[in-house]
Amino acid sequence: MNTEALQVNIALDAAAQEKEKREAILKVIDTYRDKPGCLIAVLHLAQEIYGYLPLEVQQIIADGMGESLSHVSGVVSFYSYFSTRPRARLEIKICMGTACYVRGGKRIVERLEEELGISVGETTPDGKFSIIITRCLGACGLAPVVMIGEDVHQQVNPDKIEKILAKY
Amino acid sequence: MENLDMSTPATAGIARVNINGKVIKAREGQTILQAAQDYNIYIPSLCYLEGIHQFGGCRMCMVEVEGMRTLVAACMVKVCDGMVVHTNTGKVRQARKINCELLLSDHPQDCLACERSGQCELQTLASTLGITRQRFQGELSPGSRDMSASITRDTAKCIQCRRCVSVCNQVQEIGVLNPQGRGFQTVIGPAGGLSISQVDCTNCGQCVVACPVNALSESSSIQKVWDAINDPQMRVVVQVAPAVRVGIGEEFDMAPGKAVTGKLATALKEMLFDDIFDTNVCADLTIMEEGSEFLERAQAAIRKGRPVLPMITSCSPGWIKFLEHRYPDSTGNLSTCKSPHMMLGALVKSYYANKMGFDPNKLFVVSIMPCTAKKFEIERPEMGHDGLRDVDAVLTTRELARMIREAGIDFKNLQPSDFDHPLGISTGAADIFGVSGGVMEAALRTVYELVTGREMPLSELRAVPDQERARTRVAELTMEGCLPQYDFLEGFTIKVAVTSGFAGAKALMEEVSQGKGGYHFIEVMGCPGGCVSGGGQPRTAVRNAWSSRAQGLYDVDQSKKLRKSHENPAVRALYAEFLLEPLSHTSHQLLHTRYTPRGVYNERLPQQDDPIQPR
Repeated sequence: MNTEALQVNIALDAAAQEKEKREAILKVIDTYRDKPGCLIAVLHLAQEIYGYLPLEVQQIIADGMGESLSHVSGVVSFYSYFSTRPRARLEIKICMGTACYVRGGKRIVERLEEELGISVGETTPDGKFSIIITRCLGACGLAPVVMIGEDVHQQVNPDKIEKILAKY
Repeated sequence: MENLDMSTPATAGIARVNINGKVIKAREGQTILQAAQDYNIYIPSLCYLEGIHQFGGCRMCMVEVEGMRTLVAACMVKVCDGMVVHTNTGKVRQARKINCELLLSDHPQDCLACERSGQCELQTLASTLGITRQRFQGELSPGSRDMSASITRDTAKCIQCRRCVSVCNQVQEIGVLNPQGRGFQTVIGPAGGLSISQVDCTNCGQCVVACPVNALSESSSIQKVWDAINDPQMRVVVQVAPAVRVGIGEEFDMAPGKAVTGKLATALKEMLFDDIFDTNVCADLTIMEEGSEFLERAQAAIRKGRPVLPMITSCSPGWIKFLEHRYPDSTGNLSTCKSPHMMLGALVKSYYANKMGFDPNKLFVVSIMPCTAKKFEIERPEMGHDGLRDVDAVLTTRELARMIREAGIDFKNLQPSDFDHPLGISTGAADIFGVSGGVMEAALRTVYELVTGREMPLSELRAVPDQERARTRVAELTMEGCLPQYDFLEGFTIKVAVTSGFAGAKALMEEVSQGKGGYHFIEVMGCPGGCVSGGGQPRTAVRNAWSSRAQGLYDVDQSKKLRKSHENPAVRALYAEFLLEPLSHTSHQLLHTRYTPRGVYNERLPQQDDPIQPR
């Protein structure tokens, strides 16, 4: 298969996947449509299906659930669990629990933002990393703690960041 | 107020409440705040909104209730028999003061440069509570300015009372404004950081009326109008909508509903407008055009069975935009008539310019409206002809009041005067355009007489409140003894419905879009109660001010000798000299318009590739 045909195939694949995801979301809406108070449940499932909740997906949900888009968007933006941007393959979670905070968590955030060129809550253009602030991860003795994907990095200081990132 | 004996048993439904040592009789189910208001006991509040209050977030109405562990919000706690309330203890005053100081700590300190200064509820409250210095200083929440043709949002000034949210969601059922984000970052606004100009906002401006501070205001045209007045090349023509004359007095300490038409004309002259015209003339003209359009549609429907009914009124630009967003397939049901002030603008730059030998390019038309949506309406591309805008600027009733103050005019003590000719005479039918149901009544007065040659007996039209739909009334009128040219209407019963506010309109349109209801003629006004309570009217603390304003317009109608649009000599002259007859070619060119299907997300607008694009 030549490259052009391959690209066309990939594009078709993406379109088919997109359609499949949207249909799955509509099915979820159908299940919950007439049950009051189910907007959050629908948003959870939709994010599971779609990966994140862009405005177009919020529109589908608003129409289906008979809510206004601004109400849906209000709920999505209220809970930090929901994301309106594609999530990265690796989430960098910086602990801002008390112990990690007093031991320099904030400086780690600043250095990470500098290294990756993104702010907290954003994703790098290549979709590899995003930076998230979390509450106590339960590893106060190892403070300050940073999680990348499933790995826990202990006693991090700003100067170690470059080396740590290089592993990924 | 009397001192009731608390030792006797309670009466069902009545709660005896001791407020500050005096016992009042409150209705069970009322909140402490409502009960106190009934007895003129002042409890400060910011977020409270009569009829739809749900939030209780401002904590300005804190009171002490004996037996309760903490201070409570009077707007949220319901009365019960035997309750003892103190609204004025040291503890209460201190709590309110601190809460207000905390609100101020996240509010810009530029009151002198704020257009609400002197009319700001937060400023008044701070003064009432005796706040004389800024005790708490800290970070300010990030604010941004956003504007549409009609509405300006300044989120830095927002105190998150959510009155606009209640009005937009519960009263109007639009749901454009909602809290976005959380905590300190919360912003009241449209979805996903979109601009108010990009979403399905109808521009009704009810949120602007509800806002206690200057977070929401009309997009101002004051400077533009002063500039035109100051330009010696320009002849500035001004016109006034019916509802303005029973509203603007409130801005100058007069009672709601007091018609101040004559003072208004004098004030406009003193402000150096060149021609003072009355939108009412074109309200009468609208009735001629719209009434004729209805008869044409009815004839087509009866004879050929074409589905062009119900015909729906088109005077309310908020309603027009609502329909274009929510019922884009029903735009064919809208009357093609422009709203009255657009008609007047178009006539000023054609008929009046010709008659007087003025260059239409040097005419600047200003409309004084009770409405914010009219600001958007004048910018619609179809609202002009030969490269001229029909209307160049719209001022709300509130904006005009500011300009009158700025000009140093003592409004209350002005001598009345008349509007100018030839567009200054109107009938009572035109005045009631400002009230929900008025356009329908005015139209039927004329249609009935055109068709039968007899005056419509006022008892003929009995509008019955519709129990199922908010603010909706329905009526029937049977045509009997029709003149020969209208014999197709003999025995025909016209079914009409009247509603105001989008909640009722939505319910009606659900039926219409499904082909149900059987109505022939529907009047919809975007604001609850009609233009008297429009988004451009004075903000008022007077309960039911809008019904006094409505009564004011009905009084004006009854006081007039001419009460039917077709009797208006100015309108007759217009047809004789210029338009020839209703629905003539010239009428169609100048007085009629077309509509734009938009869709809720503007997805039906052809020119935009991506209808929703975050800022």
